[in-house]
Amino acid sequence: MTIGLGHYLSVAAILFTLGIFGIFLNRKNVIIILMSIELILLAVNINLVAFSSHLGDIVGQIYALLVLTVAAAEAAIGLAILVVYYRNRGSIAVEDINLMKG
Amino acid sequence: MIVVALFFYLFAGLCVASAFMVIAAKNPVHSVLYLILTFVNAAGLFVMLGAEFLAMILIVVYVGAVAVLFLFVVMMLDVDFAELKQGALQYLPIGMLIGGIFLAELLLVVGAWVIGPGVPQAITAPIAAKTSNIEVIGLVLYTRYAYFFEAAGMILLVAMVGAIVLTLQHRVRVRRQNIPEQIARTPKTAMEVVKVRSGQGLGSNL
Repeated sequence: MTIGLGHYLSVAAILFTLGIFGIFLNRKNVIIILMSIELILLAVNINLVAFSSHLGDIVGQIYALLVLTVAAAEAAIGLAILVVYYRNRGSIAVEDINLMKG
Repeated sequence: MIVVALFFYLFAGLCVASAFMVIAAKNPVHSVLYLILTFVNAAGLFVMLGAEFLAMILIVVYVGAVAVLFLFVVMMLDVDFAELKQGALQYLPIGMLIGGIFLAELLLVVGAWVIGPGVPQAITAPIAAKTSNIEVIGLVLYTRYAYFFEAAGMILLVAMVGAIVLTLQHRVRVRRQNIPEQIARTPKTAMEVVKVRSGQGLGSNL
């Protein structure tokens, strides 16, 4: 009944899969897609921290910190683009985002 | 030992369940709230792994900043979310298929891993026994990873400037303060001295 590295990796794998599944399930709603990306990045962070704790190496936690930074920046920029897009088009449906289609 | 396992299954179960509700909830506001619950439980898992600093950062940055940002945007946009939800079940089979393949592959990896023999020798920043987590992180982050730290700061700065530039809008009808014009004013352009004769007022010769 000891909790080892495999347990944490399983949780991270399930979270990662839920993130990917969310992108498929909510293909029309950009906000839920952004939240799914956050879930995927959280799964990556759990992996990094679990290995850092298991190996006794702090570098994994440093990398998790950097991933966290990039995730925060990505959320801010993504939501800003979303707000500008809504202001111009009056909708956030993903299917309407085809202006740059070649 | 049983308590540790109990807390692990509590945090992990709540984490996975609320992550499922993030993608399954009908109302995006509920999705954001479930996202907050997911992050809080992930912070609990981090505490169990001994990464207290990252757990607190997760709560401060995600629950305090990112989730609130999501909440603001969801509430600010006047979108018919029920309409966006239409036809979602159409993608359910392919999503289940790809998600199932992914999960099976990942769990196969989790079931059959070994730590390579060279890895324990390659550890470059071991966690000392008697120091706190935040002290170990600080000792490594501000020395060996100082450039990474500054790059992270630059990324946040660029993201902040980009978000402001994208969403700031100058409206035509709103009268804005013209600072150079205000500074360039002198007594000559701003005032006029008028002599008023008694009993006549300013009259029409002004």
